[in-house]
Amino acid sequence: MPTLIDKIWKRHVIRELSDGRTLLHIDRHLIHDGSSRQAFDGLRATFRTVRNPTLNFAVVDHIVSTLPGRTGESYPPGQERIRALRVNCIEFGLELYDVDSPRQGIVHVIAPELGIALPGCTLVCGDSHTATNGGLGALAWGIGTTEVMHVMAAQALLMRKPKQMRVTFRGTPQEGIYAKDLILYFIGKHGVAVGTGFAVEYAGDAIRTMTPEERMTVCNMSIEFGARMGIVAPDDAAIQYVAGRPFAPTGSKWDAALADWRGLQSDPGAKFDRDFEIDCSHVRPQITWGTSPQDLVAVDEPLPDPFAVADPERRAAIKRALTYMALTPGHTLEDIPIDYAFIGSCTNSRLSDLEAAARVVQGRKVHEGVKALVVPGSMQVKAAAEAAGLDKIFIEAGFEWRNAGCSMCVTSNGDMVDPRKRSISTTNRNFEHRQGPQARTHLASPAMVAAAAVSGCIVDVRKLLKR
Amino acid sequence: MQPFTSVSGIAAPLLLPNITTDAMSPTIAGRSTSADLGALLFANWRYRPDGSEIREFILNKPKFRESKILLAGPNFGCGSSRERAVWALLRFGIRVVIAPNFADIFYDNAFQNGLLPVTLPLEKYSVLADAVSQVRAPMMTVDLERNVLQSPDGREIAFEVPAERRTALLEGLDEIAVILRLQSYIDVFQTADRRDRSWIYLERAMPGKSHPEQGLHPVPDKIELPDKVENGTPE
Repeated sequence: MPTLIDKIWKRHVIRELSDGRTLLHIDRHLIHDGSSRQAFDGLRATFRTVRNPTLNFAVVDHIVSTLPGRTGESYPPGQERIRALRVNCIEFGLELYDVDSPRQGIVHVIAPELGIALPGCTLVCGDSHTATNGGLGALAWGIGTTEVMHVMAAQALLMRKPKQMRVTFRGTPQEGIYAKDLILYFIGKHGVAVGTGFAVEYAGDAIRTMTPEERMTVCNMSIEFGARMGIVAPDDAAIQYVAGRPFAPTGSKWDAALADWRGLQSDPGAKFDRDFEIDCSHVRPQITWGTSPQDLVAVDEPLPDPFAVADPERRAAIKRALTYMALTPGHTLEDIPIDYAFIGSCTNSRLSDLEAAARVVQGRKVHEGVKALVVPGSMQVKAAAEAAGLDKIFIEAGFEWRNAGCSMCVTSNGDMVDPRKRSISTTNRNFEHRQGPQARTHLASPAMVAAAAVSGCIVDVRKLLKR
Repeated sequence: MQPFTSVSGIAAPLLLPNITTDAMSPTIAGRSTSADLGALLFANWRYRPDGSEIREFILNKPKFRESKILLAGPNFGCGSSRERAVWALLRFGIRVVIAPNFADIFYDNAFQNGLLPVTLPLEKYSVLADAVSQVRAPMMTVDLERNVLQSPDGREIAFEVPAERRTALLEGLDEIAVILRLQSYIDVFQTADRRDRSWIYLERAMPGKSHPEQGLHPVPDKIELPDKVENGTPE
């Protein structure tokens, strides 16, 4: 009884090697300014070309300025890499969504948005959050720069088939609980290494009732518990999402694709190497307190006390994280003042994320002393949000309304949190120094970030939704 | 790729769990292509904000400045896919990382660059960690030809590495060479796949210099396939 991942894997096998590796066809390759340069250099040095240019797409996102009126020169340290990507795309004949393109945006936001990611396709990118595309039923994963070169040269990768895990989300989440809370809850419960060596299929009624954008948020964070691939079986909602997008098939090709996509789900009785189940009905708003995505509490739950932890390694890790975050055990995070509120990143920068945040912000003001940013995931998301008037809600409240890019999630473009300042962020990583040297990051849903921005401190968003 | 046969040197214990690639090579090291990756290895743990060294950090201690081996905690290399983390370790002089387990992307990236990640079962790992922690300047040898490492107390510990990775490291073989030897299989696959999954193959005008797609070339009726690909490594 094959799983969804078995089915997709099988049809991409070019050749199985006797050492257990598989040469796997890659249908779509996304290239960005952060991880591609040495790969192009490698091709050039060995006189190789890009095998299938039309299956490769490039975009500037990591190192690009998000300021209004930005150009490729707005952030001086980024000029060199942006110029290199332009030159490389011309030399190797690749399509680039440059700073001024209406299609520019975070690579994992534009791939679904442009119809580049399709159900049942294999898709890779030199970025660990590539599994975001799994929200549409693409088998998608992140690779290193050497493998970026391999895909460009061969449109194929040598892979070992990962073990498979199913995570079933059951039940109806309460008001004020979002896809972000559910995946954070899972990571908090099972830790950052539970998915190492595994590809994950997300299933259950709570996933089925999610929109494709919400599923992308769930799949996005697969790597935060170690899983390179995360996927949701494509259904009507996914297919409707894809229909009519610029690179989606049309006419007879659409019909053929549709017939194929209808068969993309795990067979009843399919076996997984590991199986988890989460009851969503009692999940409360989640927020990280420490420096690893597994350092999680519900917003009204006390922080862990290292002295109450028996395992010496875990005790040391908790102590270290509490010290870094300047927090005291036993307290909840509620009422802790914040300095930054960031809404953006491949986890939570799509239109529905901005809508959820705007619902909280509407009629309120960003608290004095808080620097609050909205960085839409793509220029198309930005345009759609502006058409819906969301920009006005944010700007009137005192948020900065930026252009698309990775921004304060990875800080490659200079958007960062000042030392020892506290940030609440819709991003995916709260590592030490991630949002800037000594920056203290709390990960949460867009609604929770919006609630903190207007309150000046961490609050339970459910209190603000009741009005 | 630089071949790997055997490495002897100081082993630095950095036994924290879940060490991220962000910690190994922070964003600042990626902004400029001229950044000295080795000097910026673990930059936020090695230096204060004013640039001065934090003496207590293991790699700043006199005996460990020349470390060639890193003994790390579980789930080493989690987080970002940045291959720069591997380059930073290599530039510093680290050729081997030993841990109970590694994050998947880091593990692959390491092999692609001639850095040997050694996964040790917990029991062997604990014995080694004890031995390394008890000596001031723990010298170790990691011998890939014999699949054996020598602990600072002289004890030999066997380890396993996937066979194809081992061969590639010993021979300094780049994986791209293996892949491109299988090119005719890719041709065959794409020819059939264009019929079966026509929607995957996008036809669109491409900018820049024209590179005709190989898959669009007329494919000969009979394609010569390399006969010895089974072991995945060239003769």
